[in-house]
Amino acid sequence: MATHTILPVIWFGIIAFGVFMYVLMDGFVLGIGVLAPFAEDDAQLDQMMNTAAPIWDGNETWLVLGGAGLLAAFPKAYAIMLSGLYLPVLLMLIALVLRGVSFEFRFKAETSKYLWGRCFAIGSIAAAFAQGVMLGAIVEGMPLQSGKYLGGAFAWFSPFSMLTGTAVVFGYALLGSTWLIMKTDKGLQNVAFTLTRPLVAVVVAFMGLVSAWLPFLSSQIMQRWFENKNFLWLSPVPLLALANAYLLWRAVMRRAEWAPFLLALSFFGLGFVGLMLGIWPNVLPPNLSIWDAAAAPSSQRFTMVGALLALPATLGYTWWSYSVFRGKVTADSGYH
Amino acid sequence: MAAASAVVLLSRIQFGFVMSFHIIFPAFTIGLASWLAFTAGMYLKTQRVLWRELYLFWLKIFAISFGLGVVSGIVMSFQFGTNWAELSARAGNILGPLLAYEVMTAFFLEGTFLGVMLFGWRRVSPRLHFFATCMVALGTLISTFWILAANSWMQTPAGYEIRDGVFYASDWLAVIFNPSFPYRLVHMTLAAFITTCFVIGGISATYLLRNRHREAAEVMLKLAISFAAITVPLQIIAGDLHGLSVHEHQPAKLAAIEGHWESTPGGAPLVLFGWPDQDAERNRMEVSVPKLGSLIITHTLDGEIKALKEFPREDRPPVAPVFFAFRVMVGIGILMLSLVVWSAWRWRTGKLFGSKLTLRAWMLMTPAGFIAVLAGWYTTEIGRQPYVIYGLMRTTQAASAVDAGSVITSLVAFGAVYLFIFTAGTWYLLKLLRKGPQPVSEHLLHPQSNAHRPMSLADEEPKGR
Repeated sequence: MATHTILPVIWFGIIAFGVFMYVLMDGFVLGIGVLAPFAEDDAQLDQMMNTAAPIWDGNETWLVLGGAGLLAAFPKAYAIMLSGLYLPVLLMLIALVLRGVSFEFRFKAETSKYLWGRCFAIGSIAAAFAQGVMLGAIVEGMPLQSGKYLGGAFAWFSPFSMLTGTAVVFGYALLGSTWLIMKTDKGLQNVAFTLTRPLVAVVVAFMGLVSAWLPFLSSQIMQRWFENKNFLWLSPVPLLALANAYLLWRAVMRRAEWAPFLLALSFFGLGFVGLMLGIWPNVLPPNLSIWDAAAAPSSQRFTMVGALLALPATLGYTWWSYSVFRGKVTADSGYH
Repeated sequence: MAAASAVVLLSRIQFGFVMSFHIIFPAFTIGLASWLAFTAGMYLKTQRVLWRELYLFWLKIFAISFGLGVVSGIVMSFQFGTNWAELSARAGNILGPLLAYEVMTAFFLEGTFLGVMLFGWRRVSPRLHFFATCMVALGTLISTFWILAANSWMQTPAGYEIRDGVFYASDWLAVIFNPSFPYRLVHMTLAAFITTCFVIGGISATYLLRNRHREAAEVMLKLAISFAAITVPLQIIAGDLHGLSVHEHQPAKLAAIEGHWESTPGGAPLVLFGWPDQDAERNRMEVSVPKLGSLIITHTLDGEIKALKEFPREDRPPVAPVFFAFRVMVGIGILMLSLVVWSAWRWRTGKLFGSKLTLRAWMLMTPAGFIAVLAGWYTTEIGRQPYVIYGLMRTTQAASAVDAGSVITSLVAFGAVYLFIFTAGTWYLLKLLRKGPQPVSEHLLHPQSNAHRPMSLADEEPKGR
């Protein structure tokens, strides 16, 4: 196969991987923020934030990789997606700014501590919602006419994107609550268990709703899943998702400490695979394929050399930094 | 058409604002990361407790500044798509890979090792912790490399070809090492180090004036003077060479910097002061020295400097902001040099710490680096107008097809949120500075015995955040 055919495929894989890493790794940190209002007191919120304080910055970098990688590999998609989703992107950025500084400022603040707790919660919820809206708008489709997106400033607004926005807030909350089960003990762990049970049910319901609705919004996704016996070949994905949901529920009920988080991750993984199956081979549905949007082969090749060298190293030292901070973060471990 | 030009204008205002906000923090943390690596290394080498105290003190300052840099930096990486979609679509082949390399080789390094640097003191050996600090410092420098490569390519494009209005890289080495890149890289890196140096010197002088933290402040001020004595003269040389490069590659920018309207065969004057009037095509109240302009720019008395009138009106940058921003930058450079020479003299004669005047001057110069960095960026960025890619793509062709309402919304939102976090950040920084370096408890000096214990932040004194 010619390089200009295969390179965009590899890059689609790299960017999908980067976005997925972001969804998992910042997903649980944003999830902690979504759950911040359920902290019983300041000390508990401290404890929640301490579980993520040493790693949130590295986690968030996967989002920047997604952005810069998209610009490098699929500049047209980057340009159309971000300008077309101007307002949701704005909401996400502003929210991430507030969430990020809250980590820095809350531990410095005294009288205004509550303020940064609020900013942490609001920033996390708004960022999660904005990401879900963007996701919804993208899979629903951003149709182009002779290379230009014609949707107006509010074209992303639809019942479906509102649903995905809400779903992502709850989805991240599930990642956050299962992370807290794994990383904390006693009081906070109990709170996390209590929150996780309904969250599992709600997130499974959202996943079902999105999966059921999406084919009716996009004829491409309908075809991908339900024509030519495709469903037979693709059915392992939804079946595994169901089995995963069941195992997750069981793990939470028997108060396992690690299994809920790992099963929440794999549940997200299956959902992500399902979405990618629907989008492929578009980078921006319904009519911008990875080959239409691809950067010049010279650019994709040049950047890939860096990606192949740097990303394994990145995964290596990320693993190392997680192992430095392994173990439980206990309740009596305040900063002050 | 009016709506489109409103979007361009609003997007430019927004870019200028979020960029100016952002650059303040890297301009400080690039130098600060290396300063932290230095103090950590000195502690490992000498075991003098003072170095540990200084490390922990500046680490907290670093955490806040770096955090503000990170959150405002994420905005930058999406801004090219939200507001400058045409630029991204047409130059993405070249700018995208450079920015992607920045993320892959710098941001992950900084972001990941930052956690160990801030919270890992009790969990890893002192050597490994020192290594983490060095990795963060290295990350800031690698980041500088790539982002300046991207910026410099837009100033002096090289190694490209254009087909159907889209830029393609034909030679990546030529893209990265484009003509202005080496000068800009040296100039900006030195600027960042000098900015940090004057903050450290200024804070130390403030402590000495208030008779607090004497031991630490004396050490730091002497270091600041020594460091500035090397870097400030180097920066002036680097700036001069950078000027020669602008003369060669961006003549209209140079003419604006010089306020040079009329072509003057036989040597151009140096305009010391004046008020450039874009419409009248001359300077009001001009004060100039004959032939000195040619001497500085071309290093000969009769070297030719292209004049603004030799460019069509629509190809000229706005002259007044470039002219003034440049003079602010150079003026601060001269002040810095004078202060360093003066301080070195006082030091030699043993009167450094007794001189209130010298200490006050250092205190006043604390923010000088930031102002010079901003002024320098305004010079180079406004000076390259009306082009976003010099000589090839105009800024008016670069914006997204979004509506003005959206851009007004984002401009107001960024304005409000940045004002809010800037105020808070400054407040917490001042709080830390007022408190100053604190004595370090004994168990923190010998942490190795406790490495690899289960996670508990209770006695994790280097709290950083």
